[in-house]
Parts: sequence; C-alpha cells; structure tokens
Amino acid sequence: MSRIVSVFVPCLMDAPHPETARSVVTVLRRIGVSVNIPKEQSCCGQPAYNNGYRREAARVARRFLKTFASARAIVCPSGSCVHMIRHEYPVLFANDAQWLRLAEEIGKRTFELTEFLVDVLQVTDVGACYPAKATYHDSCHLARGLGIRSQPRELLSNVRGLQWVEMKDSDRCCGFGGAFSIKYPEISTALCDDKIENIRNTGADTVIGCDMGCLMHIAARLATTGSPIHVRHIADILAHTGNAP
Amino acid sequence: MTTPSPEHYPQQAKQALSDPILKKALKGLQDRLGSGALAAYRNLPEGEGLRHLAHEIRKAHVRNIDVLLATLGRNIRSHGGNVFFARDAAAATDYVLNLARERGVRGVVKGKSMTSEEIGINAALEKDGISVTETDLGEFIIQLAGEHPSHIIAPAIHKTREDIGRLFEKTIGIPYTDDPPALTLAARKYLRTRFLEADMGITGCNLACAQTGQIALVSNEGNIRLSTTLPRIHVAIMGMERICATLDEQLLLLRLLCRGASAQKMGGYVSFIAGPRKDGFRDGPEEFHLIVLDNDRSRILADPVFREVLCCIRCGGCLNVCPVYARIGGHTYGYAYSGPIGAVITPLLTGIERSKHLYCGETLCGACKDICPVGIDLPRMLLALRNIHAEGSRRWNIRPNHLLESLAYGIWAQLMTRPKLYNAAIRLGHELSPLIQRLHLPGWTPQRAIPSLAKRRFTQSPMSQTSTGENRHGS
Ligand code: SF4
Repeated sequence: MSRIVSVFVPCLMDAPHPETARSVVTVLRRIGVSVNIPKEQSCCGQPAYNNGYRREAARVARRFLKTFASARAIVCPSGSCVHMIRHEYPVLFANDAQWLRLAEEIGKRTFELTEFLVDVLQVTDVGACYPAKATYHDSCHLARGLGIRSQPRELLSNVRGLQWVEMKDSDRCCGFGGAFSIKYPEISTALCDDKIENIRNTGADTVIGCDMGCLMHIAARLATTGSPIHVRHIADILAHTGNAP
Repeated sequence: MTTPSPEHYPQQAKQALSDPILKKALKGLQDRLGSGALAAYRNLPEGEGLRHLAHEIRKAHVRNIDVLLATLGRNIRSHGGNVFFARDAAAATDYVLNLARERGVRGVVKGKSMTSEEIGINAALEKDGISVTETDLGEFIIQLAGEHPSHIIAPAIHKTREDIGRLFEKTIGIPYTDDPPALTLAARKYLRTRFLEADMGITGCNLACAQTGQIALVSNEGNIRLSTTLPRIHVAIMGMERICATLDEQLLLLRLLCRGASAQKMGGYVSFIAGPRKDGFRDGPEEFHLIVLDNDRSRILADPVFREVLCCIRCGGCLNVCPVYARIGGHTYGYAYSGPIGAVITPLLTGIERSKHLYCGETLCGACKDICPVGIDLPRMLLALRNIHAEGSRRWNIRPNHLLESLAYGIWAQLMTRPKLYNAAIRLGHELSPLIQRLHLPGWTPQRAIPSLAKRRFTQSPMSQTSTGENRHGS
C-alpha cells in the first residue's frame, strides 16, 4: 500500500482543533508516511445528509470527490466521515452512475486513521508516550458502522505510560448525533450524562476517542460540570512522545 | 391505540427524562436483555451468520407476500378456519364486532398483541358492552391502570411493584402487597375466572406459515395457550407481513425472535394453531378466525426504500439497546410501536410529517441494526424519512416546507464549496468566539459549554503545506 497519503481533516477538527489535525500529520510522518493535505478540502457532506438535505450533501460530496480524485490513499481521523464516504455516498449517488463509480472507488481508498495504521500499514506501535489513566469511547459509526474496535485499542496498548481501563458500555452512543444534539438538547445531554457516568466509574483521568464530534460533545458537557477529566482525540495521544501531557 | 400522538414527542420526552423510576427500570431491562440477546446470537449452533440468512429469508417472504398470503388463506380454510383480509383498522374491528354480536359474545380474553393495539380493538368491543380482559400479566396491569403499553414485550416496564400493589388494591380489591409472587398469584386467580367465562379469545400472531397453514404464538406465561383453547371462538390478528413460506423458515425465525426479544433459546410456550378443534379432539375452540391486516402496509410494500421494514418480526430487541428509548420510554413515541422500530413504522403508518420527531429524535447510533435478528437497517430508513421530510416526496404526498432549514443548508453548502468564503467565515467565527461563548445559544447551552474556533483552519495553515512539501521528497 502506498506510503503517500492524502489526509482529509474533518470539518469538526479543521477549525475547532487544528492542533489535533497537526497530531495526525505528526504521527503519520513519524512512521515514514508522506502526507499531502489538499487545500481545497472542506467537508464530506454528512451534516446535510444526516438531516435529509441530500441535494446540498451531494454538492459538498462532489467537491470532496473532486478534491481527492487523484489521491492513492486517503486517511481521515474520523469514523463518521469515513462511514459517510464508504457507506453513504453509494446511497447519495445511487441514481448518478458517473459519480457513483468515483465514489465507490474513493470509498475503497479511504481509511480511518487507526484502521490505516493497523490494518493497512500493520503498525501498532507508533512510539508514543502519554502518562495518564485512560479509558476509550467507541464512537458509533466507527465501532458499529465500520467495525473498528480492536485497532485503536491495539495502538493505545502500545503507548508508554498509558494506564488502560475499559468503561462499561464503551460503544453506547454519547448522544451527540449532529443536529440531534441541538434539536433535542435534553435527550442529548441525558445520553451524554450516562456516558460520563460510565467514564467516571473507571476512575480514569482521560477519555480517548476517534471522532471529534463525540469528543467535543463529551468535553462540552464535562466543562459545564467542572469535571477535571481530559478529553483527547487518539491522534493527540499517539503524537505525544514527551513525559507529562 | 385509538388516537396516535407522535407530535407530542418533545414534551413527552421531557417528562420521561425527569422520571428516575423509569430511568432505573429501563436501564435494568437493557442491561439484562440487550447484551443478553447479542450473546444469545453468538451462542447459536449455526453461528451469528444465521441472522444474514434470516435477513434473506425475510426479504424473500416480503417479495412473495401475495402468493404466500393466498396459500396461507387456502390452507387455513382447508383446516376449517376462516380468513379475513382487512384493508384497514376499521374493517378489522368491524369484523370482530360483527362476529361477537352474531355469536352473542359477552366476555373476551386477550393474549398480548401489538397489532390489536394498533387497531384499537379493546375500545371498540367495550363500547359494545363486551368485557375485554388482557391476560398477559404486564398488559393486565396496563389495562387496570387505563394506560397503553410502553414496550413491545414488557408493556408495564414503567411501573414499580409498589405502583402495582396500589393498583391491585384499588381495582381487583386485594389487600395491599408489593411482593411480586403474591401479586402474580392474585392476578392469576382473577384471570382464571375470566378465562373460564370468556366466549372469545383474541390473540396476535408471531409468525404464520403458508406451507402448513398455521400460525405460531409464543409466550412465557401460558396465557396465550389458555386464550386460544378455552373460549369457543379464537380470533387471531396478524399484520400481513408476518408470514413465512415454510415450516423450517418459521422455526428458524422463531428461534431468532426469542433470542432477540428476551435472550431465550425459545419462549416457555409455543403454540401452532391451524384451525378450530377437529372432530374427536377435546381441546380447542369451535371456531377459528384469522384476520390479516393491511392498514397501509401495502403502501410500505410498494416503496423500495421502506419495504425492508416489513421484514420486522417485532421481537422488540431494538428497544432493548436504543439509548434514546432508554431515556424517553415507550409512551413518548405516541403509538403502539415504540423505540427504533416505532420511529420508522409509526411515521409510515400514521403520517410522515406529524411523526417527524420520531425519526429526527434519534442519534443514528446503529445499535438497533446491530441487534436486529433479521438485520433490518433501521438507521438507513431514519435517514430516508428525514430526506422525505426535508425534500418532500410525491409517493408519500409530502411537500418540502422547511424554508429556513433548507436555506441554512443551502448557505452551508455554499461555504463548503467556496474555500475563500469558508475561510472568511471561520475567521469571523474566531473573532466572535468570546462573544458567542457568553451568549445563550438555544439548543446547545445551558447544558453544554460552547467550543471555540481557531483563527485559521489547519488545512489552510502554512504548517500543513510544509509538511507536504518536506515529505514528498522525504521518504
Ligand atoms: S426491527 Fe428488528 S430488532 Fe426491532 S422489533 Fe423488528 S425484528 Fe426486532
């Protein structure tokens, strides 16, 4: 498999968390992967798609496909974007043979970060060191949609200094769900509180995940309760090599 | 259920969220049954893959539904039973009412049936002066309380034993107790008399088999067996999609049904009923009537996107894993069917627009698809319903009428396809971040803090471009 990859940075990471995007690049470069970051990228189209606005979603999706058409491999640090590209684009372009073909081709070349590291490159140790007691949240599209559960765990188990503890129902939804979290804030936060309770019960000081949406949601809820628990994207853990985070 | 009320979802949800007893009950239920079902699939001798086979089998049943139903009808009639194909709820209730009048029925005992809930048969019979008694313990409790079931297989899950103790004291006149065995015994004693007095038993049908011309009914309390054998008339009501082609397929699906519903290999009682009592037999009713209910299912069948939902065997498994259902309970969905399956079929049966909260108020987490014994892709259908809501549909006679929302997504699409505009918007967002964070953003705050934006997107920063340049030649 290609050692040159194009990175697709999810919109929820690009502006709110540029430092995490930088971590993605750092990790890939550290293991000798060449990274290309197309400037024309924006979003996979998921926000509109999930709310039923398929015309708008298709416009944005076409732009994504054009931007990455020539990429040999696309790496994206988000289970939900990869799920969108791999499994929802075929639905979105079902009646558009030309775009459908491109979407299916690109879908096969698009990988979630941990999937790319472990399944494609067969790398499970990226030389990271991150002293913390951590637990891992399985995001919905990543775990159930793409079946990626062991890959992040393998990577994390090789991070020096990281003490590991599983939470109960780690793959239960955190209640984000995009616009759902705004349209039904009470239900959304109730679900988030269930998640936070499971996180707290582990005694971990850090919760790690692979999807910025969930992480932002959990962090935003934790912030209002004044909790000291840190919320980290897996890329930030894997990029870290020093002592104290 | 006489009047569906899916439009009250937001208010009902808020009410349910503040109910700690409901929360505890549903958590207990999900902890027991949700993970139990997944384990039960793993323990299948044929392996988990059996569910894929079941999915294909069910799709074939739905594809051949016309032939299968005709065969079922023929075979049941040849066994001396009656079959009535009811176009809608009114036709089905009229059939039962007329039958009850003609045969002088005064008392009816019922086995648990969501389809009977869908057509509102209890109210119709009671209006005619006929007494109706639910005989499933949970349904019995709900009936005494004058409520509707809140779970497909655990209808009274929202009630505590103290609630039930007080209810029994008030309604069936036993001294107060909250001891479950004592309560169960009291119900049993009360129900025994009703069974013996009843002229008619009404049940649902878990799955029918065309080849053999019988219906199968599963229960854990034995009440369905009594309802189908003691009264002189037995009426079974089935949604028209609950049909299998062969006995082997019916058995396979019953095994999956019990695993999905309650993590059991098989329910405590399984009855196969092919018609009335045969000459020379001592048990069974004098008459057997099967009502096959359409009630807009044909409309679903005609739609290639939603047809798959007719594969559902109503095990209730998806309710046992849905995180949203766990917090808002069954009543919030405002119809006989709740949870993820309700969020898809209630809109299709009662109106897509009026039920918009049902399919918008789910997180698309996919747990329902994961547990479904017949592999129905409910999240895909929630997305399809949202699409109809947003963009309209001629087939379902829905016009797009969400101007503001579609305008917002239009602007968003503009931003996402014009990098300069997008970058400018981010810069503006960054400048306004401190202000926005102090504002009360309805929908997000006060429950959650507002994240801030960087000045520049990572993908537009020189750093991101350098790393490209360096590496192109680097490795
Ligand atoms: S959708 Fe699947 S899990 Fe839900 S009730 Fe139907 S068969 Fe059971």
